[in-house]
Amino acid sequence: MIRDITLGQYFPGKSLVHRMDARVKIVLTFVFIIFIFIANNLPAMLLMVGMVLCAMLLSGISVRQYLKSLKAVIIVVALTSVLNLFYGSGDILVQWGFLTIRTGGVINCIFIAVRIISLILFSSVLTFTTSPTDLTDALERIMKPLKVFHVKVHEIAMMMTIALRFVPTLLEETDKIMSAQKARGADMESGGAIQRAKALIPILIPLFVSSFRRAYELAMAMECRCYRGGEGRTKMKSLHMTALDGWAVAISSAACVGVALCVALLPSLF
Amino acid sequence: MEYLKAEHVSFFYDAAEEGEQAQQVLRDVSMEIGKGEFVALLGHNGSGKSTMAKHFNAMLLPSGGRVYVDKMDTMDENLKYEIRRRVGLVLQNPDNQLVASIVEEDVAFGPENLGVPPAEIRRRVDAALETVGMSEYASHSAHKLSGGQKQRVAIAGIIAMEPDCIVLDEPTAMLDPRGRTEVMETIRRLNREHGITVVLITHYMDEAVQADRVIVMDSGEILLEGAPREVFSHVELLRQHSLDVPQATELLYRLGKAGCTVPEGVLNEEECVAALELLLNE
Repeated sequence: MIRDITLGQYFPGKSLVHRMDARVKIVLTFVFIIFIFIANNLPAMLLMVGMVLCAMLLSGISVRQYLKSLKAVIIVVALTSVLNLFYGSGDILVQWGFLTIRTGGVINCIFIAVRIISLILFSSVLTFTTSPTDLTDALERIMKPLKVFHVKVHEIAMMMTIALRFVPTLLEETDKIMSAQKARGADMESGGAIQRAKALIPILIPLFVSSFRRAYELAMAMECRCYRGGEGRTKMKSLHMTALDGWAVAISSAACVGVALCVALLPSLF
Repeated sequence: MEYLKAEHVSFFYDAAEEGEQAQQVLRDVSMEIGKGEFVALLGHNGSGKSTMAKHFNAMLLPSGGRVYVDKMDTMDENLKYEIRRRVGLVLQNPDNQLVASIVEEDVAFGPENLGVPPAEIRRRVDAALETVGMSEYASHSAHKLSGGQKQRVAIAGIIAMEPDCIVLDEPTAMLDPRGRTEVMETIRRLNREHGITVVLITHYMDEAVQADRVIVMDSGEILLEGAPREVFSHVELLRQHSLDVPQATELLYRLGKAGCTVPEGVLNEEECVAALELLLNE
């Protein structure tokens, strides 16, 4: 079950999206997420959903992987959209005790679900097609101007590299500890919320202890390999933009202008 | 000519709590390891062998005595990174020494730290992966590899720094038999074909047998030193310090004790079979 979480997973490949510069991908993802929340009518939203589907299709990664990444957040999506159902103006559709559902609420509900799902899918395209190192390298470059404010840009990037590297390792370990505790008779499925939360303690404590041990060993291994911070460090792969990135930026800009026009010219649904 | 040299090294771990005695891990240890040599450092848990290993690349500094790497004193703070580049240390758990998620990016970590130009890093990474036989996995996720493969990647990460010497601290302890064979073959090849000095820390006797020289450590001191054949002929002494000898050696030793005429200092299965054949034909 726990292995299904695809957070920060990378699938090596040679697709168009894979070959794009990581910096461009990060910036575009960021812009898209903003535009998803700007889009407030049907044509604008359809355009954004179209962009998501295009990006997914071009990434050459199976739809099943994307669905898996959605599975982890399905409860969040359901919860927020159901809550939104009760807000909004318009004609009353259902009146049930103190709960009223109006047309505006239904639109709210659908939009919020589509927005969150698109957001997850967009970020999945980014993490699925970009190697963690490229991702953190790109972030390091994007954040470089912050060095003026004494932000430790290299250290932050290195921490992210390591965090992403250890996600699968720690997930695997959690799985193992869970099995081990189950074998000792730990009950994790029954009982109320509090009881189930309590049942997590025998999993979290060993996980923490082993993480500290891992951190200690990793620090030693890094020192053995002459790590001494970002000073004087070189990179095997340098990021460089190609015509492909130009096209991606051009097409994405066109889509964003389209969304902006739809928002400006057509009436909002809210 | 010696490459690594330890002179009367002693080492204490600081007392964890007040009133507690500082624990002495190494007691007056002296050893020399020549360039291109393959030395196995043998001993059971707590014998000080891992502590010794960390002295060779200045991860630990001796409390007394001196350690020299290619005539450079490890106490000299300025030489620390030069020493670590020349003497690579491979640790026991392959999972905890891979820094990047992708194989080739992890191998590049060392040379990147050294400030090697990008094109040269690429060449070194490809060469290092080729040496350990992991070229086809260059763009794979590191966490999906088997233990033996991960450990070979870790070795490649060290080779990419182009060291003169590799110290391996129980590199096979967490691996299955197949992984162990893979790693041992890689280590032997590095020593024979690339002339890299190898110090292998292990508690597996069958691995120690493959070395040119074996140094046996016990409670922070050197117990025995010499060619494998010589060292493993001291069956009684090793037993007294609760160390095993290879199974073949053990069998013939017992037969000899029971009154059979068998050759001494047998190390591997082939020699053992030959000796038994001779015995049975008599």
